[in-house]
Amino acid sequence: MSGTILTLARRLQNKEQSAVELTKEYLDAVSRENGALNAYVHLTPDAALAAASAVDKARLRGEDLSPLAGIPMTLKDNLSTDGILTTCCSKILSGYTPVFDATTWALLKARGAVLLGKTNMDEFAMGSSCETSCYGGAKNPHNLERVAGGSSGGVASAVAGGIAAYGLGSDTGGSIRQPAAFCGLTGLKPTYGAVSRYGLIAYASSFDQVGPIAQTAEDAALVFDAISEKDPLDSTSQGRREETFPLLSQPVKGLKVALVKEYFDGLAGSTTESAIQAAAETLRAMGCEVCELSIPEISYSLPVYYILACAEASSNLGRYDGIRYGYRTEEGWESIHEMICKTRSEGFGAEVKRRILLGTYVLSAGYYDAYYKKAQSLRGAIHEAFEKAFCQADVLLCPTVPRTAFPLNFTGVDPVETYLTDICTVSVNIVGLPGLSVPCGSDEEGLPIGMQLIGRSFDEATLLRLAHQYETARGPYKSAERGVRV
Amino acid sequence: MSGYQMVIGLETHIELSTKTKIFCACTTAFGGEPNTHCCPVCIGLPGSMPRLNRAVVEYAVRAGLATGCRINEIAKMDRKNYVYPDLPKAYQISQFDKPLCLGGRILLKNGREIGITRIHIEEDAGKLVHEGGKTYVDYNRGGVPLIEIVSEPDIRSVEEAVEYVEKLRLIMKYIGVSDVKMQEGSLRCDVNISLRRSEADPFGTRAEIKNMNSFAFMEKALRYEYERQAALLDAGHPVVQETRRFNTATGETEPMRGKEDAQDYRYFREPDLVTIRVTKEEQEALRKTLPLLPDERFARYTGELALPESDATLLTQYRAVSDYFDAVVQGLPNPKTAANFIIGQLFGRLATEEDKEAFAIELSPDKLRALCELVAGGKITMTLAKATLEKMLDQNAGPEEILTPEEMAGMDDSQLDAVCRAAVEANPAAVKDLRAGKGKAMGAIMGAVMKATKGRADAGAATAIIRKMIESMPD
Repeated sequence: MSGTILTLARRLQNKEQSAVELTKEYLDAVSRENGALNAYVHLTPDAALAAASAVDKARLRGEDLSPLAGIPMTLKDNLSTDGILTTCCSKILSGYTPVFDATTWALLKARGAVLLGKTNMDEFAMGSSCETSCYGGAKNPHNLERVAGGSSGGVASAVAGGIAAYGLGSDTGGSIRQPAAFCGLTGLKPTYGAVSRYGLIAYASSFDQVGPIAQTAEDAALVFDAISEKDPLDSTSQGRREETFPLLSQPVKGLKVALVKEYFDGLAGSTTESAIQAAAETLRAMGCEVCELSIPEISYSLPVYYILACAEASSNLGRYDGIRYGYRTEEGWESIHEMICKTRSEGFGAEVKRRILLGTYVLSAGYYDAYYKKAQSLRGAIHEAFEKAFCQADVLLCPTVPRTAFPLNFTGVDPVETYLTDICTVSVNIVGLPGLSVPCGSDEEGLPIGMQLIGRSFDEATLLRLAHQYETARGPYKSAERGVRV
Repeated sequence: MSGYQMVIGLETHIELSTKTKIFCACTTAFGGEPNTHCCPVCIGLPGSMPRLNRAVVEYAVRAGLATGCRINEIAKMDRKNYVYPDLPKAYQISQFDKPLCLGGRILLKNGREIGITRIHIEEDAGKLVHEGGKTYVDYNRGGVPLIEIVSEPDIRSVEEAVEYVEKLRLIMKYIGVSDVKMQEGSLRCDVNISLRRSEADPFGTRAEIKNMNSFAFMEKALRYEYERQAALLDAGHPVVQETRRFNTATGETEPMRGKEDAQDYRYFREPDLVTIRVTKEEQEALRKTLPLLPDERFARYTGELALPESDATLLTQYRAVSDYFDAVVQGLPNPKTAANFIIGQLFGRLATEEDKEAFAIELSPDKLRALCELVAGGKITMTLAKATLEKMLDQNAGPEEILTPEEMAGMDDSQLDAVCRAAVEANPAAVKDLRAGKGKAMGAIMGAVMKATKGRADAGAATAIIRKMIESMPD
């Protein structure tokens, strides 16, 4: 298996290996594997070695270091990195180098994180396969004929492929949890407001959250604790309620876990359903009370999500006009208006254009009430429905995705079919709750299946503790046997 | 053609004078090298997020309280989406349906009240600079806080429109939320104007004239627009609802865009900012920070202090002047004397509007009050007082430093009596002439009195004494 943060940290702490040696090992693995995986889109080997060397020196000085110090990792390409290309895998941001760090990256950097490079994603995080990336999609390390998922496909591909110990992704409608599920990883979408969005290039601001994709719940807890500070630069940030790592071993006996009926629609008899049922049995054996409940409002989730997220996206993406940074169309335009039109027509891909148009439409005079306003009020109704559900249960359980990883080029053929696979994840973003995807089996082809645990607001600790103890009960999840192995 | 009534509503944008911008820590200072007052937030770099400067909320609430608005305890920010190179996010963060202030009023001299519909906060845009056939963008102004004050369509003439804006400007300066310099663009107006036959008629179709940044332009634009619309109506043509701009070169308004091309701003709640709360307690605390406003001061000056309206108008025109006057007249029995000194002599030293605005007079109000007290007590004459004030202003000195002890002591009746008697006795020829009815002869006697008293004698009192003496002489 590839090295978890904790195993690598132990190696560094015991001086079995220096951070520089470990970083070189990962950089070598990146050179070997990235051609096949297409996980990284910008590499930063020099900065990585410099950061690793600084950690080694600090260790020599006897400084008290975070377990994250010296651990090679990656960031999704929509997290702003000072001096390092950040393109959202869009032609329109080609050549854009930020002048400031995203708060989450600044927090990890301060703990000695070693950034190997920026990873692939669906353009502006819009997609479920990573294939809307202007660099082409990232591959699934478990099967190169399958996608890594999206939109944080590059992070998942790198971590499952053993060419990053962990990574930060962003999740607007499932973009951390779905690729984590497809790649057999643990991915946490924190409560809205738990983690700063400052420096996360916005897709849909009232849904976006930054979170870890890691190999275990323990690792995810470590990273979550490091990045979940209240940030004065993000007015909507509140910070975590408590540190989750120290609570991982608290008992789970008596926790009420509810299977949500609506999330199993159409799954009867599938391998996904049986994997979740098996996981539920494990939880029961661990002492949890497992029951079933219904949240009928979930059926509104997809339209509500696509209306509201696209509306916000249409506004967030208005700034890419070729004037200040990024791509600009060739000279020869007659007016500024023409320049902006051409730049945007040439710079954005089809999926992004589709969502900008949809979002512009639902906010337009005459359609606003029928779409945007109605979706807002349904968002409130779904919120209430979840609150009611949490009167009966501490944690909700469902598949992360109704299916396993798509074949390559599947989503381009049928975008609507692809949208429908977001059903289990989008509802969680609509209500801003924390969601965690944990590997819980594999299908006939050996593709990973993920289960999703949904918690109360700011109750990441319960999710991570339950996932950690489930993972212990389950045993090590099968590795893709690529990259750095320990 | 004529005989139409104008119906005017104004949207007034005023830049607030907070030290930093509305959503970041950049300075709001006017000017500066292009794009030097900027950061990732105010140029909208990807991933940057706004954070609301609370001082902006406080300034806007104070503006609302000073214009009689009620304050929304819960307000929010919205995005107004439109594309223009000076707007780096392609949306302006503004307030749509939950502004900070609602329902105020401005009182005009003719007694009419102009309703204020709302006051909201928003960010200013950058500026396009055209140079040598190229266009550049300067984002220094981007993110400078603005309040937009929207009036009801209550204004009925050009004069009222000008007075309304002047009044707003005065109030904003009084409460210190803006320096309201029109030449720097810190006050700009959009004007909606329509015509109708009489007050009883429904509103006509309006035209909106955008972005006027001087009173002169606003006046010209309104007068032009009246003529234009009146001519259309006289000829039986409809007025088209449209947005127009005022061409300063031709003095005419010209169409910008029609109703069918009206911008669809696709307002929606700004998801990067949280709800704004202004508690009742906070409102009361802010209300206490408001100074006495020009209307209230005018009422006090013309009432309690019995000043003529012309004086009260001049004194309330500038907050610093009014504050100075208030300090001088504390406990003073003759406020009119203080007003005269300020309007006459102090203003004489302040040539321009800006000088009066700044009111950089070193002389403390206490020193001027001391001088007024000497006048009130009849210790010194007005002639001497005026001369003394000039010296006081030159030397930043109190009257006691300019006047001799004898001058300060003034002259009692017996002293004046003695001086007059001596003057009469020393000028028999003039006395003779006076008795013969030649009034001019008084000059010679008075000259002697003034010489003897070094000008301290009250001319009126001395004349009276001398006349009495001469009348009582035996024939």
